[in-house]
Amino acid sequence: MATNVTQAPPAEKYTPTEQHARIVDFEDTSTGLNSRKLLMWTFLGSDVMFFGAFIATYLVYRGRSLNGPYPSEILNIPVTSVSTFVLLMSSLAMVLGLYYVREGEKNKATLWILGVVLLGGVFIAFQVVEFRIFVIEGLTPKVNIFGTTFFILTGIHGAHVTIGVIWMAFLAHGSHTGRLRADNALDLEIAGLYWHFVDIVWIVIFTVIYLISANDGPPPGAELLHG
Amino acid sequence: MTTKALTFPRLFPRPKAEWGIWSWIGTVDHKRIGTLYGITAFIWFLIAGIEALLMRIQLSSAENTFVGPETYNQLFTMHGTTMVFLVIMPLSAAFFNWLIPLQIGARDVAFPRLNALSFWIFLIGSLLINAGWVTGDAPNGGWFGYAPNSGIDYNPGLGMTYWAIGLNLLGVASIAAGLNFIVTILNMRAPGMSMFKLPVFTWMTLITSILIVLAMPILAVAGIQLQTDRLYGTNFFNPLGGGDPVMWQHIFWLFGHPEVYILILPAMGIVSEVLPTFSRKPLFGYPFVVFAGIVIAFMGWFVWSHHMFTVGLGPAANSAFTISTMLIGVPTGIKIFNWIATMWRGNIRLNTAMLFSISFIAMFTIGGLSGIMHAAPTADAQQQDTYFIVAHFHYVLVGGSLLGIFSGIYYWWPKFTGWYLNEKLGIANWALMFIGFNIQFAPLHWVGLDGMPRRIYTYAENMGWEGTNLLASIGGFILGLGVLIFMINLVVSRIQKRVAPADPWDGRTLEWSTSSPPPPHDFDEIPQVEYRDDFWFKKYPETIAEYYGHGEHDQTVPSGAQVDDDTDEESMPVVSGGAYGHDAGEHGHDKIHLPDMSYYPIILAIGLGIFGIGFLTHWGVIIAGAPVFIWGLFGWSMEPVNDPETKTS
Repeated sequence: MATNVTQAPPAEKYTPTEQHARIVDFEDTSTGLNSRKLLMWTFLGSDVMFFGAFIATYLVYRGRSLNGPYPSEILNIPVTSVSTFVLLMSSLAMVLGLYYVREGEKNKATLWILGVVLLGGVFIAFQVVEFRIFVIEGLTPKVNIFGTTFFILTGIHGAHVTIGVIWMAFLAHGSHTGRLRADNALDLEIAGLYWHFVDIVWIVIFTVIYLISANDGPPPGAELLHG
Repeated sequence: MTTKALTFPRLFPRPKAEWGIWSWIGTVDHKRIGTLYGITAFIWFLIAGIEALLMRIQLSSAENTFVGPETYNQLFTMHGTTMVFLVIMPLSAAFFNWLIPLQIGARDVAFPRLNALSFWIFLIGSLLINAGWVTGDAPNGGWFGYAPNSGIDYNPGLGMTYWAIGLNLLGVASIAAGLNFIVTILNMRAPGMSMFKLPVFTWMTLITSILIVLAMPILAVAGIQLQTDRLYGTNFFNPLGGGDPVMWQHIFWLFGHPEVYILILPAMGIVSEVLPTFSRKPLFGYPFVVFAGIVIAFMGWFVWSHHMFTVGLGPAANSAFTISTMLIGVPTGIKIFNWIATMWRGNIRLNTAMLFSISFIAMFTIGGLSGIMHAAPTADAQQQDTYFIVAHFHYVLVGGSLLGIFSGIYYWWPKFTGWYLNEKLGIANWALMFIGFNIQFAPLHWVGLDGMPRRIYTYAENMGWEGTNLLASIGGFILGLGVLIFMINLVVSRIQKRVAPADPWDGRTLEWSTSSPPPPHDFDEIPQVEYRDDFWFKKYPETIAEYYGHGEHDQTVPSGAQVDDDTDEESMPVVSGGAYGHDAGEHGHDKIHLPDMSYYPIILAIGLGIFGIGFLTHWGVIIAGAPVFIWGLFGWSMEPVNDPETKTS
């Protein structure tokens, strides 16, 4: 792909072997880790607690709704499985995007980073449609505790994905214009850490809300409340 | 190249001022940010103190009508919130900012602009929490904000919304600062400074930062849940919708107990620096103090339900949390014995800083022991919601954290400013604070055990609590007088301006190796560290054998530290992509690349602040704030840490 490399002069300086050497290069810090990367990892640790508290809230409140719609009446697992698959595939695109940025193959890199944007966008679109359908079917954040915990938890996750999509869009633009290159692939790697984390959180949320709660109906005795 | 360089349109040039207000607004210097934290927190400290004194006036006699119940609720809510989030945490942050780069031999924190952002968000969040005093809607649901009392049904008005949104902003500020200090301490240590050569204050900062980074998101979750309940009618804490008010207590205290250690660990770190210096001995059992700190931080996550013994969680939960609460007293006790052993047979100098530190040990022990008392649910059932609890946590937070912080102020003031604080006024300050504090809070134990309830604006005449309360109120004013003397001391010492040398106390750690106050670049030459308390052992090489044993210290020197002087730049950590000049003298910062100043942190913080106001008022405000936020964000990310033209100068 030498023709592509010529469009990005700084990348030309490095053969693939040299690039690899740069990637595993020992950083000039006390730990040998890049500070920005360490910052992102530490932030993700913090974000684990953020999502953890929301997921714990969901689990504690699971099956406590006193009136419908209940999860068993409203969750559409096949559709959400599709959007889950789409989001997980975006992680694959992310990995390939980073690979091609490091290889200095600008066009392929841009394509795969755009793939992350696209797949993330599709996931968000699924979520928007799902929210809309749920509201039409009578599930809102106000109507019961399932609605409250469902919308806030998945909404917070959706906000994380949206931030990631915007971030990736700028990186795709950077790759296209030649500012994101093998020598600053770390910019993409750090964004990738965030992106993979958001994906992993979705695996937990999908399991907890959609798979475990799929058959949750009214709690025992709920019919007495409403005659 | 012009197509490569991505520039963001600037509305005004990058700040370059070295003096005046713009030099502070655009600063990214850790020392200046520390000063900003310190001044802001001290102003909030005075306000919180006035709130406390108003409450003490109200309680000085039975059935007093000095302030009504509504004002009283606002006073105790804002006193607690202010002292925890706007005084002790930011005063600790002031010390983190000032000292961490100096103690680890770095030229700044890892992310200087992020550091500035933390301060500006903190400032805006603190103003937002207190905005209620201006609008007449001050938060009144307690610093713990228990649901459903903090919900919209029982607490209409904007007060608790200010509180929740303000705390969320403060949470962002604290997390950003915590992340910054973790990375700084792990990544920016001077060559040779392995983790177990870190000063104890740096260790406690690292542990505190880890706690902040892990605990503040939980408070953020609690704040978001309370906000959505209040603003959008969700059901998190609404039993009619399937929610549960007890859930609030769990989430809040799951944050709240680690928060207790966030408040006390920095003070423990300060004391661990002051005691060895003024005993002229190394800290006794350094690894034990460090590990005790780590164990406290770990176990702090497993004790939160001792705040909830009277909720009715059942005997299994109560027993488990009793055991964990009593166990957490063990590492704390280890530290107390280490401090005492540090002083044992030391060459003790009893100056103000030392007196504050010794008082810290005594007062914190008393507070710790009364804490062990209500670790037992049976005893706690008697003490819950009484002034006994108030007495307990003031002994650990005022007698502990605050006395520790004052000790740090007296100890490091010559380093911060280049002049000493007056010792005579200092000792008067210490004596009045120490005596006033004890007169105020010791009697509250008795009325507490007698059943006097906290958070109630008055009490009946026939309860027999009047004399004790009057005594406590007098003590409160003596404590206030002590703080007044402190402020007088600042003014008097500034006028006297007794100049301090670089190492006024015969100190042990690296911050004493640079001038007082330090130059903008902190160190002319990055120190090479070989020992724990490296500066001391370099001053007194004859004591090395005494503490390290013959020959043993040779093994602790990493090979990197032995590189000869001309080439050792290679082994130094990079601050901002610059190299270190070895011959940098008084004007050395011409050659040392410090990060350039930036306006974007404050712009981004203002954007976040407008978002916060938008949640309180109208969604249109959020839309209006978005351009400011986006301007700050993109301006920041496209602004190089160092402008190219300054690199070439």
